[in-house]
Parts: sequence; structure tokens; C-alpha cells
Amino acid sequence: MAQQSEIKDMGKSHYHTEQDKTSQYLSFTLGNEEYGVDILSVQEIRSWEPVSRIPNVPSYEKGVVNLRGSIVPIIDLREKLRIKFADYTSLTVVVVLQTTDDNKTRTMGVVVDSVSDVITINKTEIQNTPDFGAKANNEFINGLISLDDRMIILLNVDKLLKLEELESTL
Amino acid sequence: MASILAVDDSASMRKMVTFTLKSAGYDVEEAVDGVDALMKAQLRVFDCIVTDVNMPNKDGITLIRELRALPNYKYIPMLMLTTESGIEKKQEGKAAGATGWIVKPFDPDQLLKTLKKVLD
Amino acid sequence: MSIDMSQFHQVFFEECFEGLEAMESGLLDLNTGDIDSEVINTIFRGAHSIKGGSGTFGFSAVADFTHIMETLLDQMRDGRRPVTQPAVDVLLGSVDCLRAMLTAIQSDDPIDSVAVVVYQSALEIELNGSVKESSPSISQEITGAVEEEEVNEEIYNEDEAAEQGWRIAFSPYLDLLKTGNDPVRLFRELAELGEYTASVNTRDIPDFDDIDPEECNLSWTLKLLSQCTIEEINEIFSWVEGDCELDIQALIKKEAKSIPPSKQIKSEPVIESLVSSPAPTDISLVNIQQPTNATNTPRVDAGGELLIDRRSGGSSSIRVDTAKIDALINIVGEVVITQSMLGLVGENFSMDQLAQLKRGLSQLERHTRDMQQSVMNIRMLPINFVFSRFPRLVHDISAKLNKKIDLKLVGESTEVDKAVVELINDPLVHLIRNSLDHGIEMPEDRIAAGKPEIGTIELKAYHRGGHIVIEIIDDGRGLDKNKLISKAIEKGLINENSILNDKQAFELIFMPGFSTAESVTDISGRGVGMDVVRKNIQALGGNIEILSELGQGTTISIHLPLTLAIIDGQSVAVGEETYIVPLVSIIESVNITEDMLNKVAGKGETFRLRNQYIPIIRMHEIFNVQPKNKIRANEGVIVVVERQGVLCGLFVDELLGPHQVVVKSLEANYRRVEGVSGATILGDGSVALILDVPGLVRLSNRQLSTNTSL
Repeated sequence: MAQQSEIKDMGKSHYHTEQDKTSQYLSFTLGNEEYGVDILSVQEIRSWEPVSRIPNVPSYEKGVVNLRGSIVPIIDLREKLRIKFADYTSLTVVVVLQTTDDNKTRTMGVVVDSVSDVITINKTEIQNTPDFGAKANNEFINGLISLDDRMIILLNVDKLLKLEELESTL
Repeated sequence: MASILAVDDSASMRKMVTFTLKSAGYDVEEAVDGVDALMKAQLRVFDCIVTDVNMPNKDGITLIRELRALPNYKYIPMLMLTTESGIEKKQEGKAAGATGWIVKPFDPDQLLKTLKKVLD
Repeated sequence: MSIDMSQFHQVFFEECFEGLEAMESGLLDLNTGDIDSEVINTIFRGAHSIKGGSGTFGFSAVADFTHIMETLLDQMRDGRRPVTQPAVDVLLGSVDCLRAMLTAIQSDDPIDSVAVVVYQSALEIELNGSVKESSPSISQEITGAVEEEEVNEEIYNEDEAAEQGWRIAFSPYLDLLKTGNDPVRLFRELAELGEYTASVNTRDIPDFDDIDPEECNLSWTLKLLSQCTIEEINEIFSWVEGDCELDIQALIKKEAKSIPPSKQIKSEPVIESLVSSPAPTDISLVNIQQPTNATNTPRVDAGGELLIDRRSGGSSSIRVDTAKIDALINIVGEVVITQSMLGLVGENFSMDQLAQLKRGLSQLERHTRDMQQSVMNIRMLPINFVFSRFPRLVHDISAKLNKKIDLKLVGESTEVDKAVVELINDPLVHLIRNSLDHGIEMPEDRIAAGKPEIGTIELKAYHRGGHIVIEIIDDGRGLDKNKLISKAIEKGLINENSILNDKQAFELIFMPGFSTAESVTDISGRGVGMDVVRKNIQALGGNIEILSELGQGTTISIHLPLTLAIIDGQSVAVGEETYIVPLVSIIESVNITEDMLNKVAGKGETFRLRNQYIPIIRMHEIFNVQPKNKIRANEGVIVVVERQGVLCGLFVDELLGPHQVVVKSLEANYRRVEGVSGATILGDGSVALILDVPGLVRLSNRQLSTNTSL
């Protein structure tokens, strides 16, 4: 009997650490790079559709769309991260994310070039980011991971989607 | 199972009574005052009437009096729910033809016991 | 069986609050001197209902408190007690106290026991001229937060006996059966007490021909072997007392001692000391925490900008007339029918079914409109929900100010969206308090001015063209234009050389930092200025205006959309974009050509509208939209809008037609955009922005200043 419970306990803690150790990310491409966002923040993936423009906001905030009755803003990550010239083809994809800011949860869509896959990684394997300089703001990068031949830049969704304060707050 | 018409202008009381009686398996219909009750009581014959006394439009005692005048309701047990422990209301009720009364506040078990008495 | 009573509590509380309101308005009506027994009856019934319910659901403190009110009112309705002003005042105060008690119980907060004791004593003094010993349950309330039922103990002293029991002679009268009672039932109950044997007496049965089956001609003698008391037997026969002859004798004579039920007093009444001293006759000294309705008080951020949460605040439930639900159910039924018809048409569609398809679609359109109407209707409440608290407010405050003021309510059944009801409450309170405090003069001053001593405030509501209009009309001293202007100059709000007409002068009141009162009184000057009131109302998509005549009175006029969720708008095209201009702001629209516009150096462009020059806001410029037609850039439509008494013109490409639009929040997932109050989803699924005129003006002014500073 004692043996059995020992094994049981071992199994539980083994499982428990497994849970802590891994997380899943949705990977997608922007230009030549691959990025990932926590799968838990991904609500859905849609193809690009025309947006309604919003005046006097940063140009990477492309506008808003109607998502089943709610007004959802669309942010072009390629523009925001200044990666490359953004074009919109039938293959262009919008990843709809849930982000929390100051206890408020918003739904926002980000435009990416294409979606790759869902990857499972060990948290211990996440490396710190070297200074990328102009390419991407280190603020919203959680770290880097190497998977086979790929280098994937892991993004912090909440920080990434935090909206810029506009100057005209009179 | 026996059918009961529960009459009370207070929704919370009415709901409580209905719930209690239904939970015990009775077939219960509700009425919101004497006028509503009189109409419902003629659409079908209930095995028992349980009614509050103080209601707008037509009070419980008038209701009982008028029901007693109907051939189908000559011997049907009719109970008054009354908060007044004074004897006059009870006598008034009896004179109108009430079978008996239940004094408010009552708890559900008291209600069920009384009805069991009257309906078995 | 144990039944969870708490499921009925919510309904019970709602009923109580409604009942208290009815009692309050009844009591206020009583005030005016005529004693109407129907009114007293209504007030009595209110108290009676609350007493009954609270007793049933175990709120004994409430039951006891209400019982005294009920007794007082019962005497009044019988004519045994005259209706006096002090009595009415005590009852009014008790209504407040009850309201506070119920609110506390409802939200699981402690009851203000001091207030309860004071009012209870006041009621008792009114009733008896003195204060009785407090009832045990109240003292329990005070010593412990948990409510406990009275403990009713009966102690019986049972002696030993050989054959213990009773002999019962029971002779029902002829009519016993006619109350639905049945001797057999009674015997069954006796059987529960012990064993019985019965012998029936048939002597009184008439001849067969004369028998009336509806009459009871039998009588019985029963021997009941039981250790029960005589009370228990009497209890069984209690319903037929008076319909029979009943004689109960003990089988063996013995002393059956029964001690009368004692009520457990859990603690020495701590409040004795409070109670024995005469209760204060000025009840208004007692500060009862009036429960504030959970209103959605608009938040104001650091910049003074109003943040309004468009999701309706306050309670999240609503009581609806079942007729409204039935109407909706009917319409939904029709939609289902039309939809299946269209389904059939669509199944094997061919062009010769086109007419049918068109018919079906137009039917669907009609049904959808009806459904929209019906659903909006469900959210509609009579504005009386808001108005009903004002008679009391006016009554109390005018008494405090020693002024004589009559409040007239007109159109209180006018229906308005629930969200509007909740959000309009605070502004109205503020405005009425202003009227009471600064508007209506003291009685002496009124008489001196040749006015009737009693001032009148009329609170009026009506529908006009898709909006609801609420007016506060007083016959007080009116606004002094010159005083307003000098005050504004003094506060540095306007230039001392400014020349203002009446309307513009009255608008000064809405400027932040403005207050005409010499001292900020406790009644109206709570630091919430008229600018906030206006912001509140504008945030609801409405407007507020002041009209006044010195010496005659003031009229405050509030326009609100019938519902917040849906507004009437004019669809306009600006380049490739479509925007919605709220109809409530639009005065008119004019087609214009190049020559009608004038450029004024440093001030932008103006347009001549009859005898006025109004500033132009070029939508293309402030929203950075490419105009459709670059060549004819000065041709288009001017939509003349009004903002706080000032006109301006929005220059757009064309009008696309009036639209009723469902307002969706832009801020929920995105941000607040200057010049935009929300968004809507058009028929083609695309999103159109709803314009916010004050925001557009700000944007335009900003642009102008950056342009001129270059």
C-alpha cells in the first residue's frame, strides 16, 4: 500500500511540474521573422477584411470592424513594429486577441502576414532578448526561443496592444 | 393530486404559498385578487381555496361569500390567510362561509399540515 | 420539509419598496387637509402587507415596527383617531426608517438600531401618549445582528393519572357543512391525539321525506384517551366554534396546570434608558441614512472630461408589463412564419418567384421594425419612477426653507428608456433644488411682488418628435441677465466688453466655476455645478436650455433621446466615409456652392445663414478624409448643428438619408476618439462613426489655432 501511494504522489508532482514548465504559443510571421503570442489570449483567426477608418489616430491603428455586433479595432503589427511595408492580400490574416489593461479586457485584432502553428515550449528554454534596436521595441518582448531551425520572438500581448496616449487630450 | 387556488395580492406571499404547495405535489393556480380569483374559480372547480383577506378590488371575505353562492363551491374547503388575530375578522369570515383560517405569519409546514387536514 | 424562503426575499423587498412609495405619496396627499378614507385605507393596506410579509419571511424587527404603524393607521381609518399633522409627520419619518431598515437587510448591512428605536418610540407616543416596554424582538435586534424568532415556550405540568382523557359532546348545528367543514375530518384530527371511541346520536334526524342532505343532523359523544390538554382539543374545533355545541369534560378530575406561554427576553433592554426619556418631538433631528438608489454617477477624469459608462448602471433587473412581452411574442411568431416562407422560396429558387421573395423580404423588414419597437418598449418605464421622489423632496425642503411651494407633476406616465431614468435622476434633483433654493422667493417677497404666496414648480414630461422633453417651470424670481454677466466678468470667465443677448447670458450658468449664490447653501451648492449637469445630459445625447424672465420665473428644458441604445441620425458622406450626425443636434441642412462661403482671416470659414454668420467645420480636414471630388471642393452640404446655444455648420459631401441607428461603444474595445461619440453597424455590415458635435468643434478650434500659429 505504501508503495502505491508513493508512486501516486510522484506521478502527481511530476505532472504538476510539467504543467508549470510548458506553455503554448500561436506563432505567426511578420516579414521575415516569426513571432508568438500566448495561445490563451487568442480568440480567433480571421482573414483580412476592409476596415472603417478612425480619424486622428496613429496610422498603424487601421480602423475598426464589426465582429459579431461588437466594434473591434484592427492594429497592423507590421506597421507598428516597423517591419516592412504592409500589404493586404487574400492571404493576409487577422489574429483576434484578448488583452487586459488596467482591469479592463478588450478584444483587438492584429494584422499579420500569415499564421504558422501552435507550438509548445518549455519555459526554461526561453532566452533573454538581445537589443534589437529599431526593428522591434524590447518592451513587449517576453523573450526568444529556438525551435528546430526557427527563432521565434515571444510577444507580451498586453504590453503590445496598450494604446498610445494621443497628444490632443484637451 | 388535489387542486388549490392560491389568492394573494402580494407576489412574494403568493409565490411562497404556491411553491410550498407545489413542492408537496398539489396542483396550484394563482390569483392576484378577489376578482381574478372569482373568474379563475369558475373556469375550473378547485378542491380548495386559500386566500388572503386584505386585497384590493375584492377582499378575501367577499370572495368567499360569493364563491359559496355558487353551486360547485358549496362544500369546498376555503381557508383565509389572516394576520389579524382578533376574533372579529375570523367571525366575519365564518359568517361569509369560510371553513377556517391560517394565521400569518405561518411557516410552510404549518400550511401543508393544515391543507392535508382539509384535503385528504 | 424545509423550503428555502430566501428565494422569495427579492420579490418581497421589491414589493415593500413599492408599498412604501405608495404609503409615502398617500401620506403626502393626506397632508393637504382633506381626510379621504380611501387614501388612509391605501396607506393602511401598505403597512398591513409589509407586516404580513415580513412576519412570514422572518424579518421580525420589520414586522414589529410596522405593526405599530398599522395600528395607528387602523385607528385613523376607523375614525377613532383624527389625522393630525404631527401624526402624519411621524408616519412619514417611519416610512423613511422602514425603507432604511429594509435596504439594510437587503444588502446584509446592520440596521441603524438607534433610528429604529427613536421612531418606534415616537410612534408609540403618538399611539398611546407614552412609550410601552419595548417588545423582546426589538431588543434582540439591538443586541445582536442576527434576527431570531420569538421563543414561545409552553410549559405543561403533567400529572400522573390512570385513565387520562376527555369526554367530548359534539353537536354540530345544521349549517356546519356549509362552511366546507366535515365532522369526519375533525374526528381524524382527534385520532392523532389519542384513541377515541364515538357513539352517534341519531335522534335528531328528521323523517326521510324531510331530510336535507346539506344539513347535519347528527351529533356525537366521544371518549378520547389521551394525555393532551383541553387547549389542543379546542384547537381542533376552533374552526367550527359557533357552528356547534361543544362540551369537553375531563374523564378524571385532576389539576392540569398549564403555564401560559412566556416570551423569552434575551437581554435586558439596553434601550430602556433611551426610551424612558421623552422622544424628541422634532423628528427631523434624527439623521436617517436615506438609501441612495444605486445610480450611475458619471465619473470625471483629471481633465474634467466626463467619462460616461454607456452600459446602464443601477439595478440590472426590470419589471415589465406582461402585455409588452405578449406583444413581442406575437411579433416573433410572425417572424418565424415569414422566415419559413422565405426558406421555402429559397429552396428551389427560380426567377418567377421573385415577387414572392420581395414580398417576404418586405414583410421581414416590417417585422424587424416592429420587433425593434417592441423591444425598446420593454425597456421603457414611466418617468414617474424618477418624478415620484420629488413631492417628498419639495415638501421637506420647502419646509426647511420656510417657503410655501406647490409641486405639480405633468405627464408622469410618459415612458422613457430605463437607462435614461437612472441617469437623469441626479441632474433633476440638482435642478429642482436650485429652483427651491434660488428660484422661488420667500412668501413675504412673493406677496410684495403681487404674486400668490404659494410658489409653483411644474415638473413636466412629454414626447416630441422622437425625444423626451422634461421641463422644470417655476414662477419664481427669474434670472437677472445683468447679474449673471457681471458675475461672469468678476470670475474672469468672459471679457468685460462682451455683449450678450439673453440666451447667451443664461448660458453663462453652464460655465465651469460659475455660481450665482452668494453662499453655497447646503441645499443646492454641493460643489456639483451646472456645467456637470449639462455634461451629464449631453453624455446621454441630450440638450439642456434655460429660458427666463426676470420677476416671472424660469423654465429649464431638457431634451433627451427616447432611448440611449438607439438614436435618430442623419447619414452623411464625407469622401468615401459615412458618418452619422445625431438628429437631436441638427437644425437644418443647406446645399451650398462656392460663393456662399467666406474666409475670415484667423477665424476659419463662415457661412451666411439668413442673418447670421456661422463658422464652418470642414469634415474632410478635421477627419483627414480625401474629398471625393477635388475640383469642386466647395460644393456640398452644410449641416447646421447647434451646440450649447451656438450654431455651426458641418461641411460634408452629401446627405445619405435619415437612419435610426443602434449605438455601439467605441471605447469598449478601443479608445475614445475626439469628435466621435460611438459607432454603429450599417446594413452592409460596415461600421459608421457617430459624430459628437462638441468634440468636432474642439477639434476644429485646435486646428485653427495650430494653423494660425504657424
